[in-house]
Amino acid sequence: MFSLVANASAAVHAKRTQFSGASVKTQRPAAMPVAQRRGDLCVRAARVAGVEIPNNKRTETALTYVYGIGPTSAKAIMTATKLENKRVRELSEEELTVLREEVEKYQIEGELRRFITMNIKRLKEIQCHRGKLHIRNLPVRGQRTKTNARTRKGKVKTVAGKKK
Amino acid sequence: MTRSLFKGPFVDGTLLSSKKKFVWSRQSSILPQFVNKTFMVHNGKSFVEITIQESMIGHKFGEFALTRKKLIHKKKDKKK
Repeated sequence: MFSLVANASAAVHAKRTQFSGASVKTQRPAAMPVAQRRGDLCVRAARVAGVEIPNNKRTETALTYVYGIGPTSAKAIMTATKLENKRVRELSEEELTVLREEVEKYQIEGELRRFITMNIKRLKEIQCHRGKLHIRNLPVRGQRTKTNARTRKGKVKTVAGKKK
Repeated sequence: MTRSLFKGPFVDGTLLSSKKKFVWSRQSSILPQFVNKTFMVHNGKSFVEITIQESMIGHKFGEFALTRKKLIHKKKDKKK
C-alpha cells in the first residue's frame, strides 16, 4: 500500500518539478547553494508521507502537519533519525529519504483514518453503549448532554411551545 | 484508567463455573469462550438478551444493556 502511495507521490513530484521550471525560477536567484535549491525545484515544499507538504518550518514542527503525527511522535522521529532540527527547505534529499522511511513506520493519514472509522463502525455494529452514542450523534466520552454538547448535537433545534 | 495487563481480564466466577445465562455482573469482561452464547444481562430492572459475537470480546457485559430509559416527551393535551 505504501509503495503505491509513494509511486503516486513520486509521479506528482516529477510533474511539479517540470511545472515549476518556468514560473518559480524567476522568483529566486539561481546562485543558491545546492542544498537550498531544492526549495525552488519543487515549489518550496517537501513531500513526506505521500501527500503531506510541510513548509519552511523547522522539521519537528513541520512533521506535525502530517495527520497522525503530533509533537510527541515528531520528537520520536527526530531522535530516531538523528537529524538536525533545521528548516525543511534546508534538508538534503538524502536526509529527506531517511525522514520518509522513519515516518512510514507510523500509522498515518488514510490508514489511520480508515482504522478509526472501522473502529467506530464496529462499535455501531455490536450495539454497545459507545456505539449507540455514535449512532445518535451524542458525545461518547461521558460529557454532559443536558446543556452544551453542541459540537456533536449540531445547531439548536427550537421546540415549539416550550414556554409556559 | 486501563486495567493492568498482568491481572488479566476480570470475570465474575459464577460466569465461568455454571451454565447460568443470567448475568448480574455487568462489569465482567466478555471472554472468547462466550462467543455464540446468549446471556441475559441485568440492567437494574429487567434482563436484556444479548448474543455474543466475536467482535464483542473484550467489552463488558454492561455495555450491551443500557440502564437508562430513552427520553420521550409527553404530548400535551390541549383543553378546549
